[in-house]
Amino acid sequence: MLRFMFVRILQALPVILVVITATFFLVRSAPGGPFDQEKVVIPEVKKALEAQYRLDLPLHEQYFAYLGDLAQGDLGPSFKYPGRSVNEILFAGLPVTAELGLYALIIALCIGVTAGVFASLRPNTAQDYVPMSLAMIGICMPSFLLGPLLVLVFGIWLDWLPITGWGDIPGDKILPAVTLGSAYAAYIARLSRAGMLEILSQDYIRTARAKGLPEWRVVTQHALRGGLIPVIAFLGPALAGLLAGSFVVETIFQIPGLGRFYVQAAFNRDYTMILGTTVFLSSLIVFFNLVSDIIAAWLNPRLRHHFQHGGS
Amino acid sequence: MALLSVDNLSVSFVTRNGTNKAVNNVSFSVEERQITAIIGESGSGKSVSCYAVLGLIPSPPGRIDGGTVYFQGQDLLALSEAELRAIRGRDIAMIFQDPMTCLNPFMKIGDQLIEPLTLHKGMAKGAAKEQAIALLDEVDIRDPQAAMSAFPHEFSGGMRQRVMIAMALINEPKLLIADEPTTALDVTIQAQILKLIAELQIKRDIGVLFISHDLAVVSDIADQIVVMEKGKVLEGGKPKAIFDNPQHPYTQKLLAAIPSGQKATNPVAPDPLIRIKHLRTWFTPTAGAEPVKAVNDVSLEIHRGEVLGLVGESGSGKSTLGRSILRLVPITSGQITFEGMELSALEGRALKQFRHRMQMIFQDPYASLNPRMTVYDTLAEPLLLHGLVRTADLDQAIRELMDNVGLARTFVRKYPHEFSGGQRQRIAIGRALATRPEFIVADEPVSALDVTIQAQILNLLAELTKEYGLTMLFISHDLAVIRQIADRIAVMYHGKLVEQGSTAQVFETPQQEYTQALLAAIPGANAA
Repeated sequence: MLRFMFVRILQALPVILVVITATFFLVRSAPGGPFDQEKVVIPEVKKALEAQYRLDLPLHEQYFAYLGDLAQGDLGPSFKYPGRSVNEILFAGLPVTAELGLYALIIALCIGVTAGVFASLRPNTAQDYVPMSLAMIGICMPSFLLGPLLVLVFGIWLDWLPITGWGDIPGDKILPAVTLGSAYAAYIARLSRAGMLEILSQDYIRTARAKGLPEWRVVTQHALRGGLIPVIAFLGPALAGLLAGSFVVETIFQIPGLGRFYVQAAFNRDYTMILGTTVFLSSLIVFFNLVSDIIAAWLNPRLRHHFQHGGS
Repeated sequence: MALLSVDNLSVSFVTRNGTNKAVNNVSFSVEERQITAIIGESGSGKSVSCYAVLGLIPSPPGRIDGGTVYFQGQDLLALSEAELRAIRGRDIAMIFQDPMTCLNPFMKIGDQLIEPLTLHKGMAKGAAKEQAIALLDEVDIRDPQAAMSAFPHEFSGGMRQRVMIAMALINEPKLLIADEPTTALDVTIQAQILKLIAELQIKRDIGVLFISHDLAVVSDIADQIVVMEKGKVLEGGKPKAIFDNPQHPYTQKLLAAIPSGQKATNPVAPDPLIRIKHLRTWFTPTAGAEPVKAVNDVSLEIHRGEVLGLVGESGSGKSTLGRSILRLVPITSGQITFEGMELSALEGRALKQFRHRMQMIFQDPYASLNPRMTVYDTLAEPLLLHGLVRTADLDQAIRELMDNVGLARTFVRKYPHEFSGGQRQRIAIGRALATRPEFIVADEPVSALDVTIQAQILNLLAELTKEYGLTMLFISHDLAVIRQIADRIAVMYHGKLVEQGSTAQVFETPQQEYTQALLAAIPGANAA
């Protein structure tokens, strides 16, 4: 088991290195720099600034210097917020984004699994078509459309829920979490429907029915565990996607999370900020994928056996 | 009064393509403490009839059109789903064909075993577990205590079928429905499981409804036989009457199709076409793990023009041996020569050029044909790949192939799913013959086929070997089939060749203990 994790982490390192390299050079190739602004800066000041941030060095030296800092866990100073390091800004925004992502994931799981299992019990009937069509709409509807729609209905027409902020007024976390979670709920619904349909056609489900088990016990005790493995495997990428993809929702609802810094950094050519956020998020993606692989493997007794008795 | 009496049962499946009457006015009965066997080929409606008894037909598309199913005086078809559930697993239990897929892979054996007890009798877990352990012991599971907390994948097929039987019997049902319970098992395991079922039936006083496609299997254990075809019961009676004096032409055909008799030995060339010396094919599943010695030091000669039957049970390494000869799997060590030429040394282009002289026919005609290629494309591919015919002559070559394997020329533009299993196996044979090979490895080519189709394909193979002057390695677990087609027999066990000799020699005077056990396990020995 440990060996498996170790190998997987080793495999992830080159991936992250490629991400860093690609981002580093792409950002630099974009026109403009952090200190190009409408307001003209005196050449001497600009020069001093560039020296301070190592921008006067040749590009490849900057690159290796950055890698060196990164190896020590230092993501560098922010270009835009003088005196603050990228690490500080990331860790200020992370708890908010993580909380939002967690709520969204819980919503996505509750709605998605229920709808998917429900649909799988009577395939190709209204019980299947209605939730699955809703899921399709959920997948197709971008959050920048769904968010304002929810605001309009629940915030303005019905006046039930606050429409901006995070943790200021009770209930202001509901709309952003629902907006962010709905696309994932839809995807999870489709995954659990497919997984359950597959399992429900297995021979051992027939065995369970032949024992005289009532249908709800056939579903909960015999089918659910195997049927939800695709969902578990998807949780890692989903969680990573929720963290990395929350910037639209954070912007709509004025939430001081990671995503907003990320977008602003891109506009500001805040090189270290862009790079730092990218590295951080891609590491998270790799990490959550690993975790969900391990959980999925653990749920499958055949693979678990494999882990316990050595092997990679 | 009969324990179970099915009268005029009709079941149909309603699909978009119309209504399919799967079971049509079927009547049969199971007496108390007796075994009734239903015999039929795939599509005969034998399984559907039994699932209908338990209300296990998925609906839609299934629909019960009429009839009665009386069990202990009540009509099961008139019961509500809840009332039926109370009978399932308590009074009527069922075991299924494939023990590999019928146990829940995510649940411990013990948890699955005690479910019927906690469900129907409301028994506490602890007491239920004790009873389950006792029963596992009764069906000869070694170390039942440990088995309770094991998962199904830790057991072999035969062991899993024992667990299934224990699970079915745990509530002491009056009736056991067994749907092809030994079809997926090796012949020696099959003999053990049949014996177990027969013993338990007597010991526990239960009626058994036994479904099978194999007359030979049923002949040993049944008190009554019912023959079904295309949803109808053709005839029924005592096994002796059915075997000695079959009334219906279909039953006669079924009996005639049971592989029997022995091939007359034909003279073989003195020089071997293929010579295998100390062949080892080992697999290492994960680095550093103990290698699986699939083929372990096998030496064998195959003479030109002979059919060598390779017999063994699953896991014996017989398929791996066949694939090793064709260089479809990398060999670990040893030598394979074809007409004196060292095959194990061939690489790249030389190997490819050589391939058309050796071909393979696989077991599963459903899986071994590309579903997106027409028959024409399937047959044309090897011809063009090896540059054996010019494009202008392609149509003619394919027509000849179709004729030779007994397929109508009009089928040439059809896709595999439009054919039956037997027809697909003919296509696969045609594909193998397309390159005019000298040597063919046939890996269980008839195991997936119904018995009447199996007889046809065996005849076809026998004719073609003669016509094309083929040398063949015929791999099978079925001794009766091997006996019918092979000139010589080699027996494999745990990766080693334990015995070889002429067909007559091996069948009449088997030398090795394992071969003797195999021969003793052939079902139907009592009936013949």
